[in-house]
Amino acid sequence: MSVELLNFIETVLNGLMSGVMYSLVALGFVLIFKASGVFNFAQGVFALFAALTLVGYQTGQVPFAHLINELFGTNYHNWYASMPNFLAILLTMITMIALAWIIERLVLKHLVNQDPIILFMATIGLAFALEGVGDLMWGSDVKVLDVGIPSGGSIWLEEATIGLAAEGSDYYGMYVDVLNIWATVIAVILVVSLAIFSQYTKTGRALRAVADDHQAALSVGISLRSIWILVWAISGFIAMVAGIMWGTESGVQFSLSLIALKALPVLILGGFTSIPGAIIGGLLIGVGEKLAEIYIGGYFETGALENWFAYVMALVFLLFRPQGLFGDKIIERV
Amino acid sequence: MIIKQLLIGMTASVIAVSSYVEMAIADLKFPMLVYRTGAYAPNGIPNADGFVDYYKMINARDGGIGGEKILHPECETGYKTQVGVECYEKNKKNAMVFQPMSTGITYQLIPKATADGVTVYSTGYGRTSAANGKVFKWIFNAPVTYWDGASIAIRHILKNNLGNIKGKKIALVYHNSAYGKEPIRTLETLSKKHGFKLMLLPVDHPGQEQKATWLKIRKARPDNVLMWGWGVMNQVAVKSAASIKFPMDKFIGIWWSGSENDVLPAGQGAHGYKSLTFNAPGTNFQVHADIKKYVHDKGQASGDGSHFGTVLYNRGLFQAMVQVEAAVVAQKIHGTSKITPAMYRDGMENVNLSAKRLEELGFKDFAPPFKNSCENHGGSGLAAVQQWDAKAKKWNMITEYMYGDSDVVQKLIAEDSSKYAAEQKIAERCG
Repeated sequence: MSVELLNFIETVLNGLMSGVMYSLVALGFVLIFKASGVFNFAQGVFALFAALTLVGYQTGQVPFAHLINELFGTNYHNWYASMPNFLAILLTMITMIALAWIIERLVLKHLVNQDPIILFMATIGLAFALEGVGDLMWGSDVKVLDVGIPSGGSIWLEEATIGLAAEGSDYYGMYVDVLNIWATVIAVILVVSLAIFSQYTKTGRALRAVADDHQAALSVGISLRSIWILVWAISGFIAMVAGIMWGTESGVQFSLSLIALKALPVLILGGFTSIPGAIIGGLLIGVGEKLAEIYIGGYFETGALENWFAYVMALVFLLFRPQGLFGDKIIERV
Repeated sequence: MIIKQLLIGMTASVIAVSSYVEMAIADLKFPMLVYRTGAYAPNGIPNADGFVDYYKMINARDGGIGGEKILHPECETGYKTQVGVECYEKNKKNAMVFQPMSTGITYQLIPKATADGVTVYSTGYGRTSAANGKVFKWIFNAPVTYWDGASIAIRHILKNNLGNIKGKKIALVYHNSAYGKEPIRTLETLSKKHGFKLMLLPVDHPGQEQKATWLKIRKARPDNVLMWGWGVMNQVAVKSAASIKFPMDKFIGIWWSGSENDVLPAGQGAHGYKSLTFNAPGTNFQVHADIKKYVHDKGQASGDGSHFGTVLYNRGLFQAMVQVEAAVVAQKIHGTSKITPAMYRDGMENVNLSAKRLEELGFKDFAPPFKNSCENHGGSGLAAVQQWDAKAKKWNMITEYMYGDSDVVQKLIAEDSSKYAAEQKIAERCG
């Protein structure tokens, strides 16, 4: 096989893996939008908050330590040296569920039956408020996140592919980051679990009923508020998974909230209401932007196509298929 | 009777307010453009803490500068150029100096501050050609510029290749902004001079995703990679380089890509990564002992005090020290402690931080000596290379402070500043 072809395959593979990372963020958006019609602008901040909380629990950081010390003249920073990963993840999950409950109580409950734009604006406010709370609780430093997921280039893949190149060619195997392979496996498990949950459990069916028609669901006795808490808690859990993956890659820091911007083109492509759409959309965006950067980037003086090419793809899709690949068709009755 | 009492009260209030305003004007105002929030906060916070702790220490230990207290109001820019300009407009009245902490903001402030008569000090960043004091009267970027930095990095590579880098491939991974683009012109000139091939790899803000960039590097296999990054871009780049097994000792960042924040997330993978620097890390300096005594031990540390001695905190100390020293020099030149912004500029232009003076200020062996002059606002042009030891979790200086290629850099500075002078119709000064 020629080195060029192998490099092309490597680019596609890496694009797919990056796409999975985008899909992890997009999934949270889809779940909430499907169940409540709310476009949750705060989903990126959810991922950041979950990752900050996880590191906080892992390292025994005292929440709001800076504020407490400032107010009471104390000097508290840590109350224990470290916590086992599974326990820290469990506590983070409980925190995210509590956060979902608080959001429902303080925000959503008061905005039932409001226009979608009002709910959207509320989530913008929520994003900024949560970012501020995260800062006050855990501080703004870059934090190292290690939950035991390996990272770095896969040696196995490198060795397995090194012989594929034509003899005498200067090729040293294909590169894929092990962290991305883990992200793929976790994303598959997540999607399968979500599918099983929504198809085969009573709560899952209730969730689908709410997604289909709020009024009808209410009329058969489904509690809209408990479903909303559940959905926000699930998307909080997904945000935690996304936060772990992205945080492991770059360290946990406030720029993590900007990963939400990566999910927008994915949603436009895949549709706001489809879980498979979020996955396929992520994969398409991932592959598209990597191919564009590597094979077209050189023709642009400014380069750096990787960031904005996804939006070009999304725009093209919007023109021809506004509801996205798998989104519900928009039918307006007059 | 009541009206009389009211009138007396009002008059007393007016007198009190005016005397307060007068007192405030007599103080020396050093507005701070900071970013304690947003994507770049992890870098902005330790730097700002360094500034604040130094100012507090001077106020507590010396009673201010020549008896005048330092006022240091903060304005949050979030590293956004537009907000930075608004912060400048809000705080420019009676301001001695602005430290924008962003090349983008510096570029915007150059014409404004020049028109307003306000000093801008962009320590080791900003517009490189502002080093030419003949054209940029109000702008200073000592002790070293980005073009010095680019040529010092190349000089280090030359040294490691026995003086010959002809045919070698050097990649520049840069923040796709005014800051990141700054060294390109110098590197292009140096590539012609030394015969190396230059690869330009921009990374868009914030730099969270760089997979394609590092796949390109893996395919092209450059001999060395230089980086002009900031914020999360640095951490992702260092981690990505380790992930593709790029030799870390051939990866050199500019001084803004060489803090603890940039290497810690990559763990052992970051071992051997190099960066340029113009100040030392650590706490073994007199200035740290003074800050501890007069600020931290009194429970007045900026933030939680956890950044004490880190690279960016120490850089903040150095930047604040130069700004304070400029005021000291201005007071001496003009024989008054109540200096104006114009007098302050004179002070900055005559700063002479010799080894002896640095020692007096508590900065012995902290940074190389430098002096400004009417012609030279860019300082000594000296920087050293430091290397990260991931096991000990500390930076080690591995070279002496060295000069860049002054032939190339000075020629480029002269060209660029002349062009600016012609565009802005500025007559060159300094006789």
